[in-house]
Amino acid sequence: MSLQDIVVKVEAAGTSSIGNVTAILTEIACLLEKLASNGETGLIDLKSLPFSPGEYEQLRLALGRGEVSARLDAIGASEIIETHFPGVWWVTHYNVEGDIVADLIEVATVPNILCSQPEDVRAGLERLHAILSQSAASDD
Amino acid sequence: MKDHDTLEHRLAEQGISRRSFLKFCAAMASLMALPPGSATAIAAALAQAKRPSVIWLSFQECTGCTESLTRSHSPTLESLIFDMISLDYHHTLQAASGFAAEKSRDDAMKEYYGKYLLLVDGSIPTKNGGAYSTIAGRSNLDLLQEAAKGAAAIVAVGTCAAFGGLPMARPNPTGAVAVSDLIKDKPIINISGCPPIPAVITGVLAHYLTFGELPALDELGRPKAFYAETIHDRCYRRPFYDQGKFAKTFDDEGARNGWCLYELGCKGPTTRNACTTTKWNGGAGFPIEAGHGCLGCSEPNFWDAGSFYTPLSAPTADITTVAKIAAVAGVGAAVALGALDRAKKRQAQQAHEKLTVKDL
Repeated sequence: MSLQDIVVKVEAAGTSSIGNVTAILTEIACLLEKLASNGETGLIDLKSLPFSPGEYEQLRLALGRGEVSARLDAIGASEIIETHFPGVWWVTHYNVEGDIVADLIEVATVPNILCSQPEDVRAGLERLHAILSQSAASDD
Repeated sequence: MKDHDTLEHRLAEQGISRRSFLKFCAAMASLMALPPGSATAIAAALAQAKRPSVIWLSFQECTGCTESLTRSHSPTLESLIFDMISLDYHHTLQAASGFAAEKSRDDAMKEYYGKYLLLVDGSIPTKNGGAYSTIAGRSNLDLLQEAAKGAAAIVAVGTCAAFGGLPMARPNPTGAVAVSDLIKDKPIINISGCPPIPAVITGVLAHYLTFGELPALDELGRPKAFYAETIHDRCYRRPFYDQGKFAKTFDDEGARNGWCLYELGCKGPTTRNACTTTKWNGGAGFPIEAGHGCLGCSEPNFWDAGSFYTPLSAPTADITTVAKIAAVAGVGAAVALGALDRAKKRQAQQAHEKLTVKDL
């Protein structure tokens, strides 16, 4: 018997599904309806869902990529992509080692993590004032 | 642990932005299996959290639980140990040895009496005065009883500490018992698994750190966030079970097609753990995804529960019984079948019998 006799069937990713993709898309549709009607935002934690092999990739394909993508550099990278459906964002947080630590679908006009935080704004303002007072002192 | 300042203060000192902190909290929410929207609440609580002192005692164990934790991906071990907790004693990980190591434990127990978190892995031998496992000339039994007195809470890491595990397997030559068999006056949380999922260990520690209390527990003392559902309930192969499609051997068409492994002895229906979603090795997969049934390692007496390759008993009870259980418990029929399986398993254990093909 040669190796040729052993049947090895290589399946392309995304050929099997147990229905998670449709379920998640339905949930996204519900969240998007809320966003459209009263501005309520929503989140889905993808790490809490039992995907079958290939389903994650199917969800990626189904949601696609839209016009906006952003990258954070905050204790590791974060990838924020607006999907093909405006208001539906795919937010992936990585740690410094590059492992995924959170994988979320966020339904919002802008994902919260992209907004400047009031604490950071205040700290930045202090730094700017310090620079201005320094340059004012050197001008004198 | 020299200072007791808050996490918010320490992060600000390190120049970590509020946005980075919010990202960290989003990761924590995911890790603790909390609703994703709770990141803001976690941020508020965690900002004021103080670093608890942690003493880790290892008894009759294989160090697999520590190995599991050191492969934890989120948060990393380094950040967990150095930023979030103060690990004051762990005889495998610490640099100190001999008298210096024992002294560091004694010092931590005195300084943080009533406040430290005691982590235990391994079971405790009780036969012949506990002579079967000693550290620095003292029995595990003695060390546990001493350290438990001043602990705020005890975390039993791994099936050995939680339920006795392998050392307690028949004929249990050392008289091994679980932590909860010996300590009755402290809150005990069981993080079972052989080994436990690293993210579950860190998730429980993160919960304690964030909210200052232990998470909600099931009837076996395990955190509900991770042990509320069976492997079977959340298995991606579950639809094949429902369709009656089973692999009969490890190399047949069913196995190749990824059908249900129930008939190959999978203990998923009677096992509660988070393997199906949290997964292992940085999310690479879990045993069933690799084509092998669940061994049931997070359940009591899993080693003595019959062959790993013998199927759990099929539902021999008539469907009316199943329907009654489902109605009383308010759950689906498939879950009720799981309950029957567990009952059958317990009976077999009590009778010291193995489940056989005849049971099917």
